[in-house]
Amino acid sequence: MSVTAENAGAAGAAAPRHAVGHARWIGFRTIIVREYGRIIRIWGQTIVPSAVTATLYFVIFGSLIGRRVGQMGGFDYMQYIAPGLIMMSVITNSYANVVSSFFGAKFQRFLEEITVSPLPNWVIVSGYVGGGMVRGLLVGAVVTVVSLLFTHLQVHHWLAILAAVLLTSAVFALGGFINAVFAKNFDQVNWIPTFVLTPLTYFGGVFYSISLLPEWAQKLSVANPVLHMVNAFRYGFLGTSDVNVGLAFGIMALAAAALFAVAVGLMNRGIGMRD
Amino acid sequence: MHALSVRGLVKTYKNGVQALRGVDLDVEQGDFFAMLGPNGAGKSTLIGIVTSLVNKTAGKVSVFGHDMDTDLEAAKACIGVVPQELNLNLFETPETIVVNQAGFYGIPRKIARERAEKYLGKLSLWDRRDKMARSLSGGMKRRLMIARALVHEPRLLILDEPTAGVDIEIRRSMWEFLRELNASGTTIILTTHYLEEAESLCRNIAIIDGGRIAESDRMDRLLRKLHTESFVLTLRNPLARAPASAGYDIDLVDEHTLEVEVSKDRNLNDLFARLSADGIEVLSMRNKVNRLEEIFMRLVDKSGAGAAAAGGNGPDAVAARGVVQGAPHGHGGRHP
Repeated sequence: MSVTAENAGAAGAAAPRHAVGHARWIGFRTIIVREYGRIIRIWGQTIVPSAVTATLYFVIFGSLIGRRVGQMGGFDYMQYIAPGLIMMSVITNSYANVVSSFFGAKFQRFLEEITVSPLPNWVIVSGYVGGGMVRGLLVGAVVTVVSLLFTHLQVHHWLAILAAVLLTSAVFALGGFINAVFAKNFDQVNWIPTFVLTPLTYFGGVFYSISLLPEWAQKLSVANPVLHMVNAFRYGFLGTSDVNVGLAFGIMALAAAALFAVAVGLMNRGIGMRD
Repeated sequence: MHALSVRGLVKTYKNGVQALRGVDLDVEQGDFFAMLGPNGAGKSTLIGIVTSLVNKTAGKVSVFGHDMDTDLEAAKACIGVVPQELNLNLFETPETIVVNQAGFYGIPRKIARERAEKYLGKLSLWDRRDKMARSLSGGMKRRLMIARALVHEPRLLILDEPTAGVDIEIRRSMWEFLRELNASGTTIILTTHYLEEAESLCRNIAIIDGGRIAESDRMDRLLRKLHTESFVLTLRNPLARAPASAGYDIDLVDEHTLEVEVSKDRNLNDLFARLSADGIEVLSMRNKVNRLEEIFMRLVDKSGAGAAAAGGNGPDAVAARGVVQGAPHGHGGRHP
């Protein structure tokens, strides 16, 4: 056999900046493609459950209970909760994808395929987070289609919808990444979604306007980041929000930047991997 | 410039175990280098640090002149690694695994596919390219890890016990493959428990024990340090007791088998003349143990005694040494 070092990666010599950038882009894309392949390969676990759950929510909360609720925030109840239900699926799926994929790779040790490569840690984090966002957006799209079977969705501000969904999925994908870095077993992968994510989402204004709550509960709700995400997203559809939309986008952007820095920092220190 | 240069490498794990206690090591470009040591000696920790899978406590590592502290990406690009334990995604196919690995090294997909075909083909896995990795046999999984490590055509290939659990036929074909790879210019570092493997393949060797390099030399020079050699003789006629022969240490293993220890300053003609004079007819003869194994055991014994005198290497390492010393000695065998 004959082995040559014809590729730039193997040469190990100082490569031009654009070649390094291109190599990193290929690495990033490879992680995304691998994550997408995983999502599609196990579609029964990754995509179907959220569609079923959303359908149940629409049937029970929308059609059965919603009829008695009447209007919320000036809209039919079904129309009011639709953006929240879409966002709920984006949040849980973005988080779940990264936490299970990254922890699985760590647990079965094939994460080493990536960590021995020259890809810098910020690219690895971006790749996994991108994979989580892909699943969040895919499932979000499926739930949007499901919601259209039950209600009419108007669009008030496309950019707000896109920005809210992208930032939210990025924030929760990063959260899933950090959870996976620290997790030592599969129980610890499930703790945060069960005990933190679900309560935050249910109290995050998905099913109600916080104007229905007593004043102290409204103040408490404002501390919940999911409330800002759901309301920014709902604003994009309905043009109505319980919170200041500008502030909501600021919180999301800040949270995404801070969590990204934390995730890369953890990777640089090798927490849970190289210690 | 060395392919690998290690200076003062120290690793202390959080539980207090000192896996490396100041390792200095140089591996020349183009070398086929063996790293031997009992379980718990620090080999895998050393490899883990060189491949960025383990954080070091202190020391310097450079790969083809790239300092891993300041030029990590360039250093990593030079290395391909085949780890001791399986680290494959068992739910992916061999082709996907190898093509993705190329992607992590920035190799475009078209070239990655060509290389996947090349290396999976060379390792006799191309016809299994679209089967799930979990369906492959143990030997196939090991070969897949080698194909994966080669897809970016590294200048330094590190193999941590690549032939463990592989049958003899596949092991021999892997040796041939590695020889060709080395002949084409790839520097190879090999850790193995099969000492015959190291003796057969490698030009230079380091024996690591208790987190320190116990010996580092050229293979032939190290083997010359062994002053005696043991042979097992199979006899045509049964013997009741070992013949007395001055200058040779002869044991009767059973009535048809003798073990003879011959020092380097004696010749075998003399031994056979004496046996013939005693009417003993020898049907066959072979080495009792692999020569490298003999040196290895002596060095590890010596180093182990030193470490014990100095307070030992911690319970894990000491226990592991006990396992190695008590283990049957692979090739050559103790029993005829």
